[in-house]
Amino acid sequence: MAHNATGKQGFVEEVEIQGHIIDSLILPKVLDEILTHGGSYVIKDIRIGQRQTDASHARIEVRADNGDKLREILDAIHDHGAAPLALRDCQTVAADMDGAFPEQFYSTTNYRTQVRLSGEWIDVEDQEMDCGILVDTEESAARCVPMTEVRLGDRIVVGRDGLRVFPAETAARSNLFEFMASPVSSEKPKGVTVREIAAAMKRTKDAGEKILAVLGPAIVHTGSVEHICKLIRGGYLNVLFAGNALATHDIEQALFNTSLGISLDRGLPMEEGHEHHLRAINTIRRIGGIRRAVERGSLKSGIMYECIRHEIPFLLAGSIRDDGPLPEVVTDVLEAQRRMREMIHGVGFCLMMATMLHSIATGNLLPAWVKVACVDINPATVTKLTDRGSIQTVGVVTDAEPFLRALVAELEREK
Amino acid sequence: MQRQPRILMCPPDYYGIEYEINPWMNRARGSSRERARQQWQQLRDTLVDLGVVVELLQPQEGLPDLVFTANAGLIHGNRFFSSHFRHEERARESPHFDSWFAERGFSVEHLPEEMYFEGAGDALFCGPALFAGYRIRSDIQGHQYLGGLLRVQVLPLELINAYFYHLDTCFCPLAPGEALWYPEAFDAYGRRVIENHIPRLIAANEAEARCFGCNAVVVGKTVVLNAGCTNLASDLESMGYTTRSVELDEFIKSGGSAKCLTLRLDGEEAAQWT
Repeated sequence: MAHNATGKQGFVEEVEIQGHIIDSLILPKVLDEILTHGGSYVIKDIRIGQRQTDASHARIEVRADNGDKLREILDAIHDHGAAPLALRDCQTVAADMDGAFPEQFYSTTNYRTQVRLSGEWIDVEDQEMDCGILVDTEESAARCVPMTEVRLGDRIVVGRDGLRVFPAETAARSNLFEFMASPVSSEKPKGVTVREIAAAMKRTKDAGEKILAVLGPAIVHTGSVEHICKLIRGGYLNVLFAGNALATHDIEQALFNTSLGISLDRGLPMEEGHEHHLRAINTIRRIGGIRRAVERGSLKSGIMYECIRHEIPFLLAGSIRDDGPLPEVVTDVLEAQRRMREMIHGVGFCLMMATMLHSIATGNLLPAWVKVACVDINPATVTKLTDRGSIQTVGVVTDAEPFLRALVAELEREK
Repeated sequence: MQRQPRILMCPPDYYGIEYEINPWMNRARGSSRERARQQWQQLRDTLVDLGVVVELLQPQEGLPDLVFTANAGLIHGNRFFSSHFRHEERARESPHFDSWFAERGFSVEHLPEEMYFEGAGDALFCGPALFAGYRIRSDIQGHQYLGGLLRVQVLPLELINAYFYHLDTCFCPLAPGEALWYPEAFDAYGRRVIENHIPRLIAANEAEARCFGCNAVVVGKTVVLNAGCTNLASDLESMGYTTRSVELDEFIKSGGSAKCLTLRLDGEEAAQWT
């Protein structure tokens, strides 16, 4: 959601200034001028001359709350030699076939991006990494599109002219949580992290944004179902992404009180327990789906039950090793991606737990300004997520159950 | 051996106030061509008396400000950087300056079209650094461009008072590290830059600044300045300079005085070119 970023960042233009800007106090004068006019700045680059005759050079990002104020600042500093970078509009080429970008397409990041159309900077909507940018010149709009959705004739951005990307470091000052800078570690005090995540979830909820949970089956195996149900009932889980396994074992628990055949009460294998998950899938398939099972009263508890009862939209994405699968599972991965893209609109926080596959898939879709907490017993999950570009992630290496128990307690305490 | 100073002047045959492009100019008040002629001659005689070779530019009808040769351009060695005047009225002077310099073997160069630049009126060397007045007539970009070409340090100074529209109306380098100035013509940044870079400064009071006391011509250790600047004269003398005063009020009506009427061809006394 580009409006998120725009609202907080304001209007931006990059200028450059060169000469003996240090000795002549021109640089401090320009910076003072920006502040005096109610703007703010970030020095993006500065090169100071080594000898007295060497010129220095600075590239400054100027920001203001509105377009008029920005223009006023730019006019004022222009007289002191700070000129907007010589810029062109973004270049587009019409797609020459369905399902693929033209050669030289611009490949997106998950950072806030703007394109220049007719001299104006426009926010790119649906920001997502590894996509192209489709431009609608009539509507003065641009959005990220995956290659599979390209249609013949679509105007796709090529090259790097008329494009600007706002990396997280600069956004951090105003709208990223402090803890987001923490790298993954199993040796950090969990209590602090849990408190920070709880606070972030609360802020997200208060801001009217959605919290997305991406959950793996270990949630059920570790006995955390009731914690998730509490999050749903408390309004702290608004969208759910998972696979066939989470839903299957959740329903297995509701129907048989086992998870993969292990008794949730006693922690011991049950007689014929290994069949329970398959019988659970079969039951739901016979009824015609999870929703119908809840409506008929056959499914009376668990995460999927709470999702249906509280109208929480969920997406179960299939994989090649799935049993069944459950009728709601989307087995076409492109279709699953498409639906996930629609469902992440309005998400302000994402909690990923106990799944590498779905976490990375979701990380690929989220813009960099959506904060992510990734909780996994395996540090490699978090590392992989950040290595693939989801650097807005804070990692917690821990078993799901104690983490969730502490999180729920913290959220209840904060009420 | 002491170099012999060379200065370009233009007789005021067609001098007059025919338009108003600064707050000093008032067409209704006008000027006396005869008086102007006498004053200009007295300035020339004073300079010749100080050992200056005065070269002359042919006056042109319809170009009343051609007398102010300081604004022709900036000289650096054998290079003449021709002005790009902000006002159309003065832009017509440039072809005459350009051909004069070309005929005398200077390399005549022009700044990019979009940069206003008014020559030695706004760009003065003090030591190796080029002090450059901007905002009212010249653009900062032109000075930065020149600094890049000449590989010299350029210190742009914003001019904030319309009565002191050129740097040479409020700042006069005397020698490396020494200058006359009128601080109120600059903003706080400009004042600090001058104070940081020039250790010995003589400040003009408002009355003498308005009398164009800073618009002085320096020849060796002698400073030629407009009559009536007695405080400046005594400050200069206490710093070891001799002063010569010349009545130039006819030219002040156009916003110029001694310095504006001259263009040093071999480098100002304060300039250190490498």
